Amino acid sequence: MRSTSDSLYDSLGGAVAMEAAVDQFYRKVLLDDRISHFFDDVDMDRQRAKQIGFLTMVTGGPNHYTGKDMRTGHRHLVERGLNDEHVDVVLELLGETLKELGVADEQIAQVAAIANSVRDDVLNR
Amino acid sequence: MPEILFEGRRASLEANETVLDALLRIEPSLPYSCRSGACQSCIMKASRGQVTPRSQLGLKESWVKEGYFLPCVCQPTEDLEVARVDNDQESIRCRIESVQRFCSDIVRIRLTAEKTFDYRAGQYVNLIRSDGLSRSYSLASLPDDEFLELHVSIQPEGQMSQWLASSDAVGETVILRGPSGDCYYQQGETAETLFLMGSGTGLAPLYGVARDALRQGFEGRILLYHAARSEDHLYLNEELTQLSNAQTRLDYLPFVEKAEGEFVRMIATSNHDWRRGRIYLCGGPSMVNSLRKKLYLLGADLKSIHSDAFVTKKPSSTAASP
Repeated sequence: MRSTSDSLYDSLGGAVAMEAAVDQFYRKVLLDDRISHFFDDVDMDRQRAKQIGFLTMVTGGPNHYTGKDMRTGHRHLVERGLNDEHVDVVLELLGETLKELGVADEQIAQVAAIANSVRDDVLNR
Repeated sequence: MPEILFEGRRASLEANETVLDALLRIEPSLPYSCRSGACQSCIMKASRGQVTPRSQLGLKESWVKEGYFLPCVCQPTEDLEVARVDNDQESIRCRIESVQRFCSDIVRIRLTAEKTFDYRAGQYVNLIRSDGLSRSYSLASLPDDEFLELHVSIQPEGQMSQWLASSDAVGETVILRGPSGDCYYQQGETAETLFLMGSGTGLAPLYGVARDALRQGFEGRILLYHAARSEDHLYLNEELTQLSNAQTRLDYLPFVEKAEGEFVRMIATSNHDWRRGRIYLCGGPSMVNSLRKKLYLLGADLKSIHSDAFVTKKPSSTAASP
């Protein structure tokens, strides 16, 4: 496992905090008409688990996601029209969630930078 | 260091290793993905020894009680005996004792097992005919009942359901494999309300869950909703009306659905505190999936929602999936 002791993940409270934050984030995603249709046919328990993985990764927590995982995991969505605008919405909702959790703007920007680093893999380009 | 016993083999944990690391040495084909306790691909069940709280974080309470855990984030301090989760089912021979027609296209099937079949009311089984044809059905009975009971919806071209509904099936031997699913009453339930919502023969498991909760002395309220497409299809109306008259904790709420989506709308606009309840959804996938999403957005904890979506296979047959 790789995780630095001063990551946002740790300062938020690690795995326990992710478990608490995920519902805030996932409900926003499901309620947002711009992206909710990508989530219509998914197994919600699995999706919630994946969202925890995503939050863990972007806050600098221990994860083993690779570019390949990101590509294969989103390929079917790209075929259905997933594009930059949708990724922007996810980043916006992620920012809102973190703000509600009391995270400072500067750290939210760092999180957005990590999330942006996988954008090309997510969009399969 | 702790030792892990898995399928008759032993793996010893090295310093800083997780249970998954150790098991992959003796069984490289084990499924896993994120290695950080998120994706649940590697989930296993511990039958002996104490797993760590971290390795059960985020799992449904029913799974936690059964010893399910995520080996990729488990660094135990004592020996464990673990198994794959899909490996603890049994197959048992049963005789079909009776077939009773509830209405034009729903029958009650009663079976006796050749030996004790260990299950919880509300779980489902795979029923396998002698020629290998197999379908999933939920159990409506309690383990103490004299018979195992299934409620079968007869599909126009359903090979299994047509056979089960005919007199040919009585006296025949079939195999039941299972049980599966987590639609059952949790011992020591602390929720204030059990919301049981079923459409069609999705009533079967809920009928079992409601009776099991009452029998185990559940102290909260039980709301049992049954959505059906006609009065005739409210096939346990009489029995459940009597039961709810006798049991103050139980409310039986039949609903005849004239247009698709009515039941979901009625539930989603009812004024319940979903946060304090445990929710069971059984029946057609569109009802189950849309209610699950709506109730989650209304504040229900996803881990308190238990569901079985009954999938009708083409050409037509019935199967429940977890």
